[in-house]
Amino acid sequence: MENTTNTAAAVDNSEFSFKRASQAKEIWRRFRKSKGALIGLILLLIIVGVLLFAPLFISYDAAIESDFANVLAKPSKEHIFGMDGYGHDIFARIIYGGRTSLTIALIATVTSCLFGSALGAIAGYFGGWVDSLIMRSLDIFMSVPDILFTMAVVVALGANAVNLIIALTLAYFSNYVRLVRSQVLTLSEQDYVEAARAGGSGNARIILKHIIPNAIGVIIVNVTLNVAKIIIYESTLSFLNLGMPPPQPEWGMMLSEAREFMRPAPHLLIFPAAAIVLCACSVNLVGDGLRDALDPHLKS
Amino acid sequence: MSERTNAQPLVKTVDLKKLFKLKGGALLHAVDGVNLEIYPAETLGVVGESGCGKSTLGRTILKLIEPTDGKIYFEGEDITKYSVRQMRHKRRDMQIIFQDPYACLDARMSVVDIIAEYMFIHHVYKSRAETYNRAAQLMDQVGLARRYANAYPHELDGGRRQRIGIARALSLGPKMIVCDEPVSALDVSIQAQILNLLMDLQDELGLAYMFVTHDLSVVKHISNNIMVMYLGRCVELCSADELFANPLHPYTDALLAAIPKPDISLRGKEQKLIRGEVTSPINVKPGCRFASRCPFCTEKCTNTDPEFVEVTPGHFVSCFKVNNK
Repeated sequence: MENTTNTAAAVDNSEFSFKRASQAKEIWRRFRKSKGALIGLILLLIIVGVLLFAPLFISYDAAIESDFANVLAKPSKEHIFGMDGYGHDIFARIIYGGRTSLTIALIATVTSCLFGSALGAIAGYFGGWVDSLIMRSLDIFMSVPDILFTMAVVVALGANAVNLIIALTLAYFSNYVRLVRSQVLTLSEQDYVEAARAGGSGNARIILKHIIPNAIGVIIVNVTLNVAKIIIYESTLSFLNLGMPPPQPEWGMMLSEAREFMRPAPHLLIFPAAAIVLCACSVNLVGDGLRDALDPHLKS
Repeated sequence: MSERTNAQPLVKTVDLKKLFKLKGGALLHAVDGVNLEIYPAETLGVVGESGCGKSTLGRTILKLIEPTDGKIYFEGEDITKYSVRQMRHKRRDMQIIFQDPYACLDARMSVVDIIAEYMFIHHVYKSRAETYNRAAQLMDQVGLARRYANAYPHELDGGRRQRIGIARALSLGPKMIVCDEPVSALDVSIQAQILNLLMDLQDELGLAYMFVTHDLSVVKHISNNIMVMYLGRCVELCSADELFANPLHPYTDALLAAIPKPDISLRGKEQKLIRGEVTSPINVKPGCRFASRCPFCTEKCTNTDPEFVEVTPGHFVSCFKVNNK
């Protein structure tokens, strides 16, 4: 076949352009192919859109002002999701609660992922005493029950959105440390990592350019699963009065408040639960699609 | 080895050692005191059976693995104690081609990005366009059609993938390339193509190769000099023709005898094969490494390390049987 090679001088020097779609376009092209991912993305965009433009069609007052005449009212024309035990409009509370819950959940997921992945990558890549230091500290960290730890943080710093994010990050980052560490341990043994080193690549470059991109699939799946978990965890904190201060609405708190009225007024539980499920589903679908889109093996 | 105009070796190792610490304090002698010289535009073939430390030797010379002891010189410069940062500059001169064309390419990068990677690391060109341009030229040079530039490695076959690896190794304009069994994972038909390509490139660019392989027919084809390794030791070193014509070490003899010969008169005759297994490279005792399998083994062989002696000009052997003659 092609066993003759041109000499260096004979190589044609004309400008060579790669007709190449940008990386983002490539990923989008692959993402589009999956129906589930598209549905998830559209759902997510609708949810985000509704939450973002909420003040245009429903006022915050409806979510926090009590109408005692209509306590536990069933869904009706005026209040499409009904009223809760304090006479708040459930629809308004879901909308405004979603703004806080989702923001906190998404930010906490991202921060815990970044923090945990960075630590895991460092531990796995450098090994030795660095690894021991990080993993043993993590063991100490994890021997304290999550909830106790989170409580301590919130109690010490006060209950507001920023502190909740810090508390949730600390509760969830340890998963990522272990996950990413194990990935890095496998990947850094690969020949292409050695090839990069033979080319003069530094450690940071190897981690960022070769190891993280190859580990990203597993990380993304974990991220999408965690969004829903964190929303539920927020409800645990609310239940302990460590969530957002009432009467500020929040999905988790709505769930825990609904517990008392589960039998006489199940709509108190159903609607916020449905909102959480919907969000979790759409995030999971988008996550799955993204994982596949980022993997060139699956490119057809 | 005699008619060489260029007196200075490109790469030289002196008593190079790489011992791996195992759990419990045992030492695995992967490379155990190797002396070699590689001259510009020449090929040193390194042969030996699996686990004899030939790949480790290649990687240690490139300092991808830190040597335990001994010295490595590159163009007369002692690079043994060079830090990772100092080695970065040397990476331009010393490259490696890997055995497994599947594992050595990052599946998430396109072909042209893989080839361009080293040039980006070293900022060889100012602009991306220039770098990609050079990558395209390299693709021409290794016989890889430009239409594969945006493909991903998994879309290509082994031979083409190995060409990517070669283009990448060439991208910084090295003087020496360690070829770590570059054809052993390929089909026989493709092996020949890749070997021809490597030899053409050597002629064009004046590259020196350290060609690690377990395949004697390959090594005969491509090498100027051949070094035979056994359990981390160099047992014989001489020119390729000399080795095949006049093997001195019993191990080399056995290796050559093991090459299948298409000769009908040999049918039914018993072949002389070495018996037994390779002794463990862990906590090696003094004495010839080959002693336990050697038909000429004497008491001396099991007690004392044989020296590496130049028997005839350019022909080095470490064996008491030969040295005592």
